This record gives sequence, structure tokens and C-alpha cells, in this order.
Amino acid sequence: MGFFDRKRNLYEQQLHNKRLTIVVMAGFILFLGLLGFGFDMIMLDFFPMGTIIALALGAGTAMWSYNSGAVSVMRSTNAYPADPNNPDHRQLINVVDEMTIASGIPRPKIYIVPDKAPNAFATGKNPEDGYVAVTEGLLETLNREELQAVIAHEIAHIRNYDIRLMTIVAALVGAILLLAMMSRRMMWFGGGRRSGGGGRGGGGPVMIIVLVLWLIGIILAPIIANMMAMMVSRKREYLADATAAELTRNPNGLINALHKISGSFVKPKAIHRDAAHLCISDPFHLKREQRTGFMSDLFSTHPPINKRVEALRNMAYQYEQKQKKGEVGAG
Amino acid sequence: MGTIIAIAVAALLVLWVISRYNKLIRLRNQTTNGWKQIDVQLKRRHDLIPNLVNTVKGQMEFERETLESVIQARNSALNPKGVADAAEKENILTGALSKLFALVENYPQLRSNENVKQLQEELTSTENKIAFARQFYNDIATKFNTATQMFPGNIIANMFGFKAAELFEITVLTEREVPKVDLSFKKQK
Repeated sequence: MGFFDRKRNLYEQQLHNKRLTIVVMAGFILFLGLLGFGFDMIMLDFFPMGTIIALALGAGTAMWSYNSGAVSVMRSTNAYPADPNNPDHRQLINVVDEMTIASGIPRPKIYIVPDKAPNAFATGKNPEDGYVAVTEGLLETLNREELQAVIAHEIAHIRNYDIRLMTIVAALVGAILLLAMMSRRMMWFGGGRRSGGGGRGGGGPVMIIVLVLWLIGIILAPIIANMMAMMVSRKREYLADATAAELTRNPNGLINALHKISGSFVKPKAIHRDAAHLCISDPFHLKREQRTGFMSDLFSTHPPINKRVEALRNMAYQYEQKQKKGEVGAG
Repeated sequence: MGTIIAIAVAALLVLWVISRYNKLIRLRNQTTNGWKQIDVQLKRRHDLIPNLVNTVKGQMEFERETLESVIQARNSALNPKGVADAAEKENILTGALSKLFALVENYPQLRSNENVKQLQEELTSTENKIAFARQFYNDIATKFNTATQMFPGNIIANMFGFKAAELFEITVLTEREVPKVDLSFKKQK
């Protein structure tokens, strides 16, 4: 696991995450293609139909959530816009403004989620159309410095285009699940007819490999798709943490905030499972986030808190070293 | 055949010069814009200070000296001569302001005053915005400077007369740290 655990500085971390994301996205497309292609090979006698349908389904759902995903997430959490005349909201708006200045993106729309569990998330199409939402619990729990760190993390998701990526990945997972379900249904219906017809049956070893891969594919699709999504998500969290530290020049703020958020025992009410992957800290797996280990690594949307804290401490240390040498000036 | 290759190479060269030139223009515009961002925040700070001084004046008669030094620092920061001068004067103002806020802590009536609280939040935020605008400006100005100084960008930069941007720097070494001001009374939870 050396590849995943190596210590990286801020810029290496960003580069590494971007590369990995491309690999995972390619994996998704291949997987969708395989499901469709196998369907063609086994179920239908003409090649491109299933493949085209699979890829079109993926593209279609991705397009749909790209265009209206943010609004529907906001609606599902009952979020309301922040009010500049309320002192607490005013502070939030100020902090968001500070971070947009630091990152150089336009101010996102700011929403409050009526939920006592401390959490925050970002969504939207691109930096010009970004949304940041925090829960009421977050405003109550964190001090200004910690709030700033959390907002920096969310702004980082926006600036790094994670919001777009995560929306599309979620849609692709949905498409894969739907397709796998359809394939299984079709197999029960179509299976008999096919073995009776026999026309091109048993078309050589390539066919058998495709068949086996496809069968494994449709059976394991939900697990594999989720695992790939979680992988993208986790890497994005590390990257956003790194960017947040870069923006605030203060990794300790985020460390404290993460401890407070993950240490909260309040169960979220307004944030549903479909928005969980967007949150700064997985609202449904607080316990799991504090564990480390291979299995919990594979099935969490977020890396364990202590791994994130460790990465941040590493950055804090490097930053102090740099500052001593005078490489980081007035900032 | 030879002429075709020559034309292709020339065309590529021209395209390359254009793309380099455009990159430099883009960076220079971002740098100018970054500077304007600092300016906007500095102006906001200058506008907020008289409000704050007026609000706390009545209660803080005994701190006349501090109040005057804030006003004085603010007035002299209004008309800076160049980037370096602005940085220095704003720095003096930051010092005077944090002294004032430290003193406000001693006045319970002021501390619980909604007006003062709001002004403090606004000033805290403005201080941070200045720091972050400066951070952003310095990052982008450094990027611009690197692009104009490194080979082969320096050829283009010389050809079209691009000049390096001045960084918004604090010259005293001990003050290098970005001031992370939290002037609000919100208790550390």
C-alpha cells in the first residue's frame, strides 16, 4: 500500500489526486461499456445496441444531474438561504467571502440546513454556479477559525471541480445499478430462448471470457460501482483538505473542526443518504471514520478522520518549516 | 515540399508567440484585478474605522491616545505612495486596531453592545479579507513574474515590454506571518 500511504506535500497531493481521478473515471466508463457489450454478446445477436444503450444511459443521467442536481439536493435537505441581517449568518457570509477572495472564485450561493448535526457540503455545476450549505449545528459548534477552515474545505471542492465530478460519479453509479438490474431481469427472460436457438452459441474462448466477466460484472456491479465512487470521493476529501490548508494557511483550524464534527453524537435528520458523499464528514459513518483498516477503507465515502488529521499535521509541519526558512512570505 | 515545411514551422512559431503573449496578458490582468481586490477591502476598512471609533468613544474616554492613534494611522493610510508604502501604512493601522480591540475587552458594556459586536465582526472579516486578498495577489503576481522571467517566456516579455509586478510585502521579518485576526468575542468553544 506504499502508493497510497506515501507522505506527500500539498502540491504533490493535488497532482496525485487529479491523476487518480482520471483513472477512476476511465474505469467507470469501461465498466459501463463492459456491461453493455456483454449484453450485446450474450443476449442480442447484433453488436452495438446494448453498448449504445449503456453508454447513453450513463451520459443521460450524468447530464441530468449536471443540470439539476444541485437544486434537487438543496430541496431534499430543506436548506434555506443565509440571511445577511442575522448576526450568525452574517459571520458565515463573511467567512465565505473571505475564502472566495483567497481562492479567487465567485461567491457561491450560501444555504443553511435546518439540522442540529454539525456538517457542511458543497454542490453545483462549476465555480460560477456553486452552492455551499452548512447545518445550524455547525454554526453553533464551531468557532470562527474552525468555521473558516470548513468553508475553505467546501470552497476547495468547488474550485477543484469536485462538485461536478461527484455529481457525475453519483449519476454513473446510478446508471450502473440500473443497468445491472435490467441485465439480471433480461437474463431470466432471455436465457431460455437463447440456449434453445443455438445459432451462434459457444462462440469460442473469447465469448466465454466475456460471458464470465459479464456475469461477475452484473452480480457485483452494485458493490464495484459503490467502491469506485467511494474511492473518488475519499481522494477528493484529501485534496480538499490540502487545498483548505493552502487557502487558510492554517491546517490546525481544520484539524480542530474535524475533531468536533466527528466527535458529535447528534444524528443528522435533514441530510439524507444521497447527499452524504458531499458532506465534509460522512454523517452516517461517524464510528467507521474513526477506525482504520482495509474494509472500512473500501466502503467509506470519507477517509478515516485520524488519517486526514495526520495528513494535515504533516502539512502544518511542512508549512512551519517553510515559514522558518522564509520561503512563505507575507503570503 | 521544403517551402511547405518552412511555412508550417513559421505558422507554428507565430501561434506559439500568440499563445504565450495571451498567457502573459491574462496573468497581468489577474494581477491587476488581485490588486483591486486588496484596494476594495482596504477602502472598506478605512470606512468602518470612524464608525467604530464613534461607537466606542463615549465609553472609552480614558483611552483617547489609542483612539487618536487609530484615527491617525487610518488617515495616513488613505493616500499611500505605491505598493510598498501602502503595505507599511496598513500594517501600522493593523497594529493600532488590535491594540484598540484588546482595550475594548476591559469594558463590559462595550463588549455586550450589539453595535460594537457587529462592527467587530465586520472589521475582523475585513482584516481577514485583506490578508487573503494579499495572499491571492502575491500568489498570482509571483506566477506572473515567474512567467515573465523564465525562458522562453522572458523573450516574449521583453519583446512586448511586460514589467514584473511589485509584491505586497511586509518588510519586517517578524511580521511575515499572515495575521490571523479574530477580534470577535465569541468564546473559544
